[in-house]
Amino acid sequence: MEAPSELAARGLTARRGHATLFTDVAFTVGRGEALVVTGPNGSGKTTLLRMLAGLTAPAAGEIWWNRRSVRPFDAALRGDVAFNGHLPALKDELTAEENLACWMGLDDSRPDPQDVERALADVALERRRRLPVRVLSQGQRRRIGLARLHLIRRPLWILDEPLTALDAEGTDVLRRLLSRHLDGGGVCVAASHQPLPTAGERERALVLGPT
Amino acid sequence: MSAVLQRVDANDDARASVLAAFGWALRRDVRIALRSRGELGVQLLFYVIVVSLFPLATSPSRDLLASIGPGVLWTTALLASLLSLPRLFASDFADGTLEQIALSPRPLAALVTGKTAAHWLTTGLPVALMAPLLGAQYALESEVLGSLTLSLLLGTPILSLLGAVGAALTLGARGGGSLLALLVLPLYAPVLIFGAGAVDAVRAGVAATPHLSLLAAGLLLAIVAAPFAVSAAVRIALD
Repeated sequence: MEAPSELAARGLTARRGHATLFTDVAFTVGRGEALVVTGPNGSGKTTLLRMLAGLTAPAAGEIWWNRRSVRPFDAALRGDVAFNGHLPALKDELTAEENLACWMGLDDSRPDPQDVERALADVALERRRRLPVRVLSQGQRRRIGLARLHLIRRPLWILDEPLTALDAEGTDVLRRLLSRHLDGGGVCVAASHQPLPTAGERERALVLGPT
Repeated sequence: MSAVLQRVDANDDARASVLAAFGWALRRDVRIALRSRGELGVQLLFYVIVVSLFPLATSPSRDLLASIGPGVLWTTALLASLLSLPRLFASDFADGTLEQIALSPRPLAALVTGKTAAHWLTTGLPVALMAPLLGAQYALESEVLGSLTLSLLLGTPILSLLGAVGAALTLGARGGGSLLALLVLPLYAPVLIFGAGAVDAVRAGVAATPHLSLLAAGLLLAIVAAPFAVSAAVRIALD
């Protein structure tokens, strides 16, 4: 039997200090579906994504991954989630290639250099792969992040503003990777101000707003 | 029978995962440290310069120098370790590496231990190895220099492990650097006492074994306890 790959939340509430960001958020996203979270600045989009990734504990409510309730840093979730937040998680001292090989090494003790090369070609960075990340632009760094998503092969993608700093070509790369991910039965949750470049039918919307 | 075999397999897997995580973090951090050699050099130079200032500031009598030497070298090793602590987690915290590490399926305690080991290899170990050279300025006998080096070799990993707990606890705090010093220096005191004590014992002509054994016991305790404290603190910092 195939793994169900389903992310669900019930009654999620977030508080930051004394402010309540959102209350009673509920949704279900299944195989091959993308949930796009929208809402004004400060409505708690990033907080929601960090909760779903298992980095932040919700003030109330529950998150279910594959029909199992998960808590922050749950081992069942950690192996399945790929989180691309605001921060690039790249080391300035290392090259694009080394950064990616390093992240792959965390999952698998012998990363294949050809996979890294192919992934960088996929995001149109093959000519920059030997440069230290220090000299790359913001958009190029985002592209390395996309290559990482593709390389580490996790069923659940959580993307915070994935279109930030990406040009038309970069947006195209994201569309390609995302549709490949969803075709393969993956799940994606993304916060975005712009519409995500995916097939419309597979997209669900969640609007966070002042309560 | 098969259940037992499965359990043995699972144990082997867990051990392999811990070792892989430790090795991964160690290799990565050593590599990054070697790429930014300037920073490492600054810390070692700080150690050399501060140790060399004391003979200039006090009277050049051999007796005085020999009696303050071990304490000066140990205190300076402590400060050099403190100086390099912010680098341990703060840059990984700032660029998002730490959240990715915490989200990886590998055991976080093993990952942070690997990072701490890399910190010791790039700061504590050079400090311990340079001690005999710098100790020569204090007219220390060769067996005294030997016990100094040995005590630093046992003591500096404790400094890195305790410091890692402090560095993880002060992540994201305003004025983290000075807070870190206030938090960590009192914890360093026992290490300083036994470390400098070992050297003094040899100068006084008695065996340093009790001091060194206590340092070794402290090191084992720190290796067992610190990784879990660090990983808990990292998770709190990420929340």
